[in-house]
Amino acid sequence: MFDLKGYGPDLAEGAVVTIELAFLSLALAITLGLLGASAKLSGSRTLTAIATTYTTLIRGVPDLVMMLLFYYGGQVAVNALSDYLWETREIDFFFQFDPFISGVVTIGLIFGAYMTETFRGAFLAVDVGQIEAAKAYGFSRWHTFRRVMIPQMMRHALPGIGNNWQVLLKTTALVSIIGLNDMVRVAEVAAKAERMPFHFFIPVAAVYLGLTAGSELFIKWLDKRANVGVVQGN
Amino acid sequence: MPDFITEWLNQNDIFTALTIMEYWNGLVTTVHLVFLSLIIGLIVAVPLAILRTVKNPFVSGPIWLYTYLFRGTPLLIQLYIIYYGVAQIPGIQETFWWEIFKEPLYPALLAFTLNTAAYTTEIIRGSILSTPNGEIEAAKAYGMNWFLRMRRIILPSAARRAVQAYSNEVIFMLHASAIASVVTIVDLTGAARNIYSRFYAPFDAFIFVALLYLALTFILVFAFRKLENHLLRHQRPASS
Repeated sequence: MFDLKGYGPDLAEGAVVTIELAFLSLALAITLGLLGASAKLSGSRTLTAIATTYTTLIRGVPDLVMMLLFYYGGQVAVNALSDYLWETREIDFFFQFDPFISGVVTIGLIFGAYMTETFRGAFLAVDVGQIEAAKAYGFSRWHTFRRVMIPQMMRHALPGIGNNWQVLLKTTALVSIIGLNDMVRVAEVAAKAERMPFHFFIPVAAVYLGLTAGSELFIKWLDKRANVGVVQGN
Repeated sequence: MPDFITEWLNQNDIFTALTIMEYWNGLVTTVHLVFLSLIIGLIVAVPLAILRTVKNPFVSGPIWLYTYLFRGTPLLIQLYIIYYGVAQIPGIQETFWWEIFKEPLYPALLAFTLNTAAYTTEIIRGSILSTPNGEIEAAKAYGMNWFLRMRRIILPSAARRAVQAYSNEVIFMLHASAIASVVTIVDLTGAARNIYSRFYAPFDAFIFVALLYLALTFILVFAFRKLENHLLRHQRPASS
């Protein structure tokens, strides 16, 4: 029915790359978000300042600019390091800074900043009495964090995580600009070669739509599960 | 000025008057593109948002579909479809539209406008739906018809509630506009990419442009905070 002119397997592979990229970035973003939120709530002035600078800077700069900076800048930095190591220590060290790593790092860093805000709000929503109770039971700080804070704040964080995930998923399209062979890039190459833009971009758009629609359902289900213990008004 | 800055300014061969002019032109293009798409998007979004709240599914359905499609796919793909797709419309190359659409600026403007209009429609719809029922009942009690109610009561009150979310959309659009550089428009990011490839200096080129975007973002945040204070001044606590 839909003739992809032999680009079908490439597009499918590209879709897998997009999904891998999205999940790895999400993992990095959640880690950074938890760290950032903990830093902001730690009460230490230095840690708060570092986390605030991080979220402010990241949220003020376009994702594409960050990506170009990390991709091109990362390579220059690796080259410089490589030259330095060779000249001083005679160590042969080199690696090609590839678009996939740059993409994961950039998207993870950007959404880590948004997740920081999400988690900060969610941590603040946990009742202080819960933390006091944990203390009274002799829980250590780490134990309190893992056993009391995390399970209870997730309920509040889920809608925020869901929104961030939806935006993150669409941001992955940008990595095609720095040359990653994700489905957007495959479609672009194919559309140019075959002079059929609608033919290749519309299926890719449909895949994105399917991913966002599927995630929406999944997040709704998770949200329902996370809220089973809560009696809701009306 | 500290010595090291003077020294750096004397030594650098990247930030000459020529490249500064390039950044300036890029800045003008970015602001132009973002401003136009936001204004047109807002003008389109208000009637769409009102129609989206209409009960008749034949009126609200198509608008729902439009916002769903444009919010569910990446802006980059929308830009590609419009940029590459326009040239494929049969016969367009003979009409005057081709004169407009062969420049990359107009496809980009169209893509950005459609995208921001979709998000803005949903923002305004949300704030229309959250209008307190008492306000509408009071307007009805005064004998206002639907049109008058919309114009005098619902829209002004919805606008106040929409400002916060809309300011996020404006900043999102400013940042999203960086992808215009992909279709050969020399906006701020485009200027940075040109300067990067000329000098092979990623840090200088991109950090400088990042700072410019940061400054633009701060100006927008500040302006919206002022606007919000102004619009919500009747809700300020009486004591202060």
